[in-house]
Amino acid sequence: MSIEITPQLPPPGLSLGPSLSLSQWLLSDAPASRRQAVLGNGYRGLLSILANPAALVGLAIIAALVLIAVLAPVIAGFRSPTGQDLGHRLAAPGAAHWFGTDELGRDIYARTVHGARVTLTIVMLVSVVVAPIGLAVGTTAGYLGGWVDAVLMRITDIFLAFPRLVLALAFAAALGPGIENAVIAISLTAWPPYARIARAETVTIARSDFIAAVVLQGASTVRILFRHIVPLCLSSVIVRLTLDMAGIILTAAGLGFLGLGAQPPTAEWGAMVSAGRDVILDQWWVATIPGLAIFIVSLGFNLLGDGLRDVFDPKST
Amino acid sequence: MSGAPLLEVDDLNVTFPGRGGETHAVRNASFSLGRERLGIVGESGSGKSTTGRALLGLIPPPGIVSAKRMTLAGQDLRSLSDADWQRLRGRRMSMVMQDPKYSLNPVLKVGAQIEETYRLHHKSAQGEARKRALAMLEAVKIRDPDLVYHLHAHQLSGGMGQRVMIAMMLIAEPDLLIADEPTSALDVTVQNEVLRILDDLVTDRGMGLIFISHNLTIVSSFCDRVLVMYGGRIVEECKAGELAAAKHPYTQALIKAAPSLEHPVAELAVVTRDPAWLR
Amino acid sequence: MSASSLLNVLWRLGSFAGSLLLTLLGLTAVTFGIGRFIPVDPVLAVVGDHATREVYDKARLAMGLDRSVPEQYFLYLKKLVSGDFGTSVMTSHSILSDIVQFFPATLELSTIAAIIGVSAGVPAGVAAAAYKGRWPDQLVRIVGLFGYSMPVFWLGLVGLALFYGRLGWVAGPGRLDVGFEDIVTARTGVILIDSALAGEWEVFRNAASHIVLPACLLGYLSLAYIARMTRSFMIDQLSQEYVTAARIKGRSFWGAVWGHAFPNIMVPLITVVGLSYASLLEGSVLTETVFAWPGLGLYITRSLFNADMNAVLGGTLMVGAVFIGINLLCDFLYKVFDPRLRAA
Repeated sequence: MSIEITPQLPPPGLSLGPSLSLSQWLLSDAPASRRQAVLGNGYRGLLSILANPAALVGLAIIAALVLIAVLAPVIAGFRSPTGQDLGHRLAAPGAAHWFGTDELGRDIYARTVHGARVTLTIVMLVSVVVAPIGLAVGTTAGYLGGWVDAVLMRITDIFLAFPRLVLALAFAAALGPGIENAVIAISLTAWPPYARIARAETVTIARSDFIAAVVLQGASTVRILFRHIVPLCLSSVIVRLTLDMAGIILTAAGLGFLGLGAQPPTAEWGAMVSAGRDVILDQWWVATIPGLAIFIVSLGFNLLGDGLRDVFDPKST
Repeated sequence: MSGAPLLEVDDLNVTFPGRGGETHAVRNASFSLGRERLGIVGESGSGKSTTGRALLGLIPPPGIVSAKRMTLAGQDLRSLSDADWQRLRGRRMSMVMQDPKYSLNPVLKVGAQIEETYRLHHKSAQGEARKRALAMLEAVKIRDPDLVYHLHAHQLSGGMGQRVMIAMMLIAEPDLLIADEPTSALDVTVQNEVLRILDDLVTDRGMGLIFISHNLTIVSSFCDRVLVMYGGRIVEECKAGELAAAKHPYTQALIKAAPSLEHPVAELAVVTRDPAWLR
Repeated sequence: MSASSLLNVLWRLGSFAGSLLLTLLGLTAVTFGIGRFIPVDPVLAVVGDHATREVYDKARLAMGLDRSVPEQYFLYLKKLVSGDFGTSVMTSHSILSDIVQFFPATLELSTIAAIIGVSAGVPAGVAAAAYKGRWPDQLVRIVGLFGYSMPVFWLGLVGLALFYGRLGWVAGPGRLDVGFEDIVTARTGVILIDSALAGEWEVFRNAASHIVLPACLLGYLSLAYIARMTRSFMIDQLSQEYVTAARIKGRSFWGAVWGHAFPNIMVPLITVVGLSYASLLEGSVLTETVFAWPGLGLYITRSLFNADMNAVLGGTLMVGAVFIGINLLCDFLYKVFDPRLRAA
């Protein structure tokens, strides 16, 4: 009785068939190039997100936000967000003003639409500041180890324990009003989690053989960190960023509510809610509608973030 | 050896509906068990563990369990209410699971966990249950029952943990014990100890035992009869001593694949799978 | 307790105290930094634009601004430790006494909201995990999701407009109606307790009708987070083998859920509750503004509007210190109470 070893894999060459559709190429089990593998992973991730209805809703909301922000003047019907019409102050929502007017007669619909720009700006700026800082601190600490790691992580832990909103308030109060100052204020307390994530990932990666190989090839530390380690930490950082986005929007709106952040006459949702406070009992729309916008956008980011986390990191809490 | 059958199973089927269609985990399984030891051998995915859990009513929804007959000492196991199951489990039938690291509650004392089984089925005073738990710890050959009683699961070695598990599952004196890979998580040196303890307890109490494992060697030496499962089906049923005369090619291949100290071979045999076995 | 485990506990306590001190020091460094490096000239803020050169120089010396930065920081720390947070421009009292006066109101509101959050959130989370995939789970998830996507100040305003303005079910902003102020002497600063102790039940009812709306709204936000985390923890535990083992012993489903799985999440749950409470305290800056609730949050924002940076920083320091304290305490309790970590 002879013993045969039956091959379990399909014969090679099957994935190189001539009439291969794009999705088959992306999903193939044996990618022929690095680009194919990377694109394939991205495509699989996209499919998982699309299969998740909640994440899909989140994605739709955010896409709508971006669209509205970019095309704000068009979507607002070229109505001015700052043009006052004191003869029609606090008008109820109707044909002329879809969301009514505020205490200075400005069209709330136009202001809400333009407010999307401010929100998106803040979100993008904070991300652009916070992610690089977090990555830089975290990968350096994780890779170099020793006292550098101890000191950097100590600093990170200290900042991590700080109350975000109150400190952002104090910073913004000291720096003065304005979007840039609000961004700085929020970023100063938002970066620590990314440093922690990056460090945790770096510590795992730094021990692997391919890093050792690169070191043997004579790569400098900066090159190793930049070209090899940071790209691998990116997906966790992006997931966390999306999850944090909602909180950042809420913090920014809170600062706007307190008069920090974007200044009049710029339309900012938090400031609009604050302006509508005094008339909330009778002219509810002035404060309610901008707040609803904040809520929906925050919800969108939470939904998408949950979906992304289910795809990329199902074990984390 | 058996007398009246303790457990009768006829045409057991367990299916799990899923997105890509149904998974038929157990197909048309039929067997009976007296107060004897039955081994169920198979590889991962053969359906052996699923069979064990189906007998205890622990297949979670959306899994579907159906059978022409499934009785324990005459009691129909097929459509029991939750209250019925609570009365049955632990008291009439029980299961020892694979890894005590995971099957013991990490935050409760092990002694309390052993007591719990007794308390669930007997209305007794606090002292009585504790006495019985300590007696059970002695029965599984734990040297210092008073000390071990107060320990937590992570403080026990693998062998001790598994013995605690056995104590926990046998304290209410069930008629049927299902052992699902009871020694697979243990070191080889400890395996024999635990098997010996199980052996003594099962013999002394005249219990029926279903021993589920992937290890044909252990099963053939421990059990009276052996069932071999493959792809959800029972492909072989024979007495343990008659395994050499097994009829199904899968069983034959398994026996051949087991390395032997007495007859060493240059190349170990590998099982060649015939898709016909799955039909 | 053996000598080695006692030493262990002392060591843990020591490292906790050390962490706490270091982090608080970091916080003071941040508030000091904010205070010193703001674009506004602090001397001018005190002496005014029209002061003469002499007055300006004198004030500058008095404020210690001629010293080096580390020296200034050290002086700042000394002052803090001795209770000198400065004087409030707004109230003309010492900032520390202001903080002491306003803090109990914040504590009262946050505590009641936290109690609501825990008593509703934990069972909701457990139910969601037990009924995973079915409607109780979906409901809890949606309610929770809404909860932490909502801006607290908006929820407060809408709640006021609806439950006070339209329906008249609750009292409006503030802690008490004007007619009820100053009837009860403030012993603890918590009106509910003080009025109950004094037997002034009218005052008690009025205070309760004022606190119910903000407490419920904050409680909702708190329960959203707590329910989500509880659900997540419970799902993890319910998939563990020991829960199945409990069922095999004859335990009912809910017996296994509450008797076996739940004790395993108590420790991380403490951390979650602590974090929720800390964020309630922190969010008070927004909530109290909406409800005109005379707590530390309102004090900070009013000082902000009056450009009283010292008061803002003093309040921030207080809120920050409590926030940090709760965070680190929860970390510490987590390490102490997990039996798996205890032995390590």
